[in-house]
Amino acid sequence: MLEIRNLQASVEGKPILRGIDLEVKAGEVHAIMGPNGSGKSTLAQVLAGREGYEVTGGEVRYLGHDLLAMAPEVRAREGVFLAFQYPVEIPGVSNAYLLKAALNGVRRHRGLPELDAMDFLALVRQNMKRMGMADDMLYRSVNEGFSGGEKKRNEILQMSVLEPRLALLDETDSGLDIDALQVVADGINAMRGPERAVVMVTHYQRLLGHVVPDFVHVLSQGRIVRSGGRDLALELEERGYGWLDGAAAPQAGPPERAAP
Amino acid sequence: MNAESRDRFVAEFRRVEAALPGAKVPWVVRARSLALARFADSGLPTLRDEDWKYTSLARIEKRAFRALPSGAPGSAAPPGLAAGLAFDGLPGHVIVFVDGRHVPALSHIGGLPAGVIVGSLADALERMPERLEAFLPDDTRHTVLGALNTAFMSDGAFVYVPRGVAVAEPIHWLFIATRQDAALHPRNLLVAEEGAQATVIEQHADLGSVACLTNAVTQIFASRGSVVEHCKLQRQSPEAIHLAGIHALQGQGSRFTSHSIAVGAALARHDITATLDAEGCEAELNGLYLAEGRQHVDHHTRIDHARAGGTSREHYRGVLDGASRGVFNGRVIVHPGAQRTDAHQANHNLLLSRDAEVDTKPQLEIYADDVKCTHGATVGQLDEAQLFYLRSRGLEEAAARSLLTHAFARDVIERIRASSLRAHVERLLLARLPGGAQVREPA
Repeated sequence: MLEIRNLQASVEGKPILRGIDLEVKAGEVHAIMGPNGSGKSTLAQVLAGREGYEVTGGEVRYLGHDLLAMAPEVRAREGVFLAFQYPVEIPGVSNAYLLKAALNGVRRHRGLPELDAMDFLALVRQNMKRMGMADDMLYRSVNEGFSGGEKKRNEILQMSVLEPRLALLDETDSGLDIDALQVVADGINAMRGPERAVVMVTHYQRLLGHVVPDFVHVLSQGRIVRSGGRDLALELEERGYGWLDGAAAPQAGPPERAAP
Repeated sequence: MNAESRDRFVAEFRRVEAALPGAKVPWVVRARSLALARFADSGLPTLRDEDWKYTSLARIEKRAFRALPSGAPGSAAPPGLAAGLAFDGLPGHVIVFVDGRHVPALSHIGGLPAGVIVGSLADALERMPERLEAFLPDDTRHTVLGALNTAFMSDGAFVYVPRGVAVAEPIHWLFIATRQDAALHPRNLLVAEEGAQATVIEQHADLGSVACLTNAVTQIFASRGSVVEHCKLQRQSPEAIHLAGIHALQGQGSRFTSHSIAVGAALARHDITATLDAEGCEAELNGLYLAEGRQHVDHHTRIDHARAGGTSREHYRGVLDGASRGVFNGRVIVHPGAQRTDAHQANHNLLLSRDAEVDTKPQLEIYADDVKCTHGATVGQLDEAQLFYLRSRGLEEAAARSLLTHAFARDVIERIRASSLRAHVERLLLARLPGGAQVREPA
């Protein structure tokens, strides 16, 4: 589904990603871990098409197409969804408006009929109930005045309604209490399926206890320095990220090929 | 001073004065001639006047606008002229003025509570001048343009709401200009007696593109405990010049709300003032200006806290595209003794193009010590993080821009209390914003 080859990217002239290789197949859940500043969030933003991140090398294929050539909205309509680390507040635009515009945009793109108001509300309310969100939240401005946990729930709600093929979750677990974590994890697990893939970017392995990944990759200084299974996350939890520094140094040679 | 333009206005006055309403009423004649003398003393304001630093009236100096002969009312106005402008479906009363003259055939005044007057000022000047004498000559602001209006005032709306009476539905004053090069000086008067309540809409629009000059004055007297909401919609055509003064004088515990929605005219200047002349008054001044091309739109507001315990709120927003220019000058004066004043002012501007400009200036003058006054002004572009967020959810870039612009502007519209009116203004806004047609609120 997603093939990343030697991806390099800079922010304001400073190289952040220094050659990422990663393959994600339909049905898989990958976790990308790493210390602060390792490039995890940059990777997620580049995949979603954020301006200001300059791709200086490499390529990304999504369902066989050149992902980097697509505008952010086209990526979204093709089924790429980014759950933001810091969801943006948009005063004056209601959640209902955004959800409906987004959903019908995706449906039009896929050649499906737009949902009318009734069907839309039924769909959204059902998902909100699952996320433990109050109905009035629909008519509030997007993320405005939301607590950290509410914002993260709102991201997962959007994901559930839009049903992406490839979900990129950027530090979705940060700022969540244990109950909210469970709700969010349930939302992600409900997304799992043979046609979909999930890439979770996270600093801690906490979320991985609730959403068990098929693969874990460790990012350090803009490269994937280790790949493995679920156990790798536990090892990181025990040993921290300090031991990786040597592994990421430029003289350490080419990064290990991402699994599988 | 530009003597040539001054002399032109004075000559025009001589030409039409005998035909102006109230020509047989001594106090009216006197008020006109005093006002004319005051105008002739100073002429039109120039950039050297502090209050006119950013707004040039050179356009008026260069062009000979003609005062319309009286007694040539728009009775020739075809039926249906106001269609589409009169907010079809808006409940309430409509009084229509074409080229500055009341046109009864186009107006619809519904049933009104006893004692309420909704009519033509020219008519009132002829038939009941004594009811106007206490209010009309009171030009508290002493502006030059106000004096010019008093000299030439031809017609306009006169609304009188007696003590304790509430007019439930909005009263819509609709001014339509159709004549090239006309100088129109509408004068409106709204008197709300003790405890009275009224909502008025003052709309200025043109039939097609009309290069005319409008110099309007609206006086509002909000007596003790009254509640008055005034909504100005200025959507004149791109060639028009619109100058306007809106002045409210407030009695004890009264509540005055002003909305100024300005989307039209090549050059527009709005002077809006509220004088909190007794204890415990509340004033709210809201404004939204949208400009594009080479439009120039200026709001000068002034709130005088003359007595203690007053509250004022001011929310102005501007959206400027093309090479347009916006000006906001918000003066708040807390006079000696006006203790426990609570004043807040905000002006936010969104620049949609590199060539658009705005000058924003809050001016707080505080002469009392127990007060709470805050103000803030911003000038900025659309937020890149918000744009990316919307695009990452599949919204086209253009649609995302429209949506954010609309959300920014709507903050002001939402402050309109009369809900039926709010919906109409919202539609106007959508029609005027780039890509607004695509922005509709889903269920």
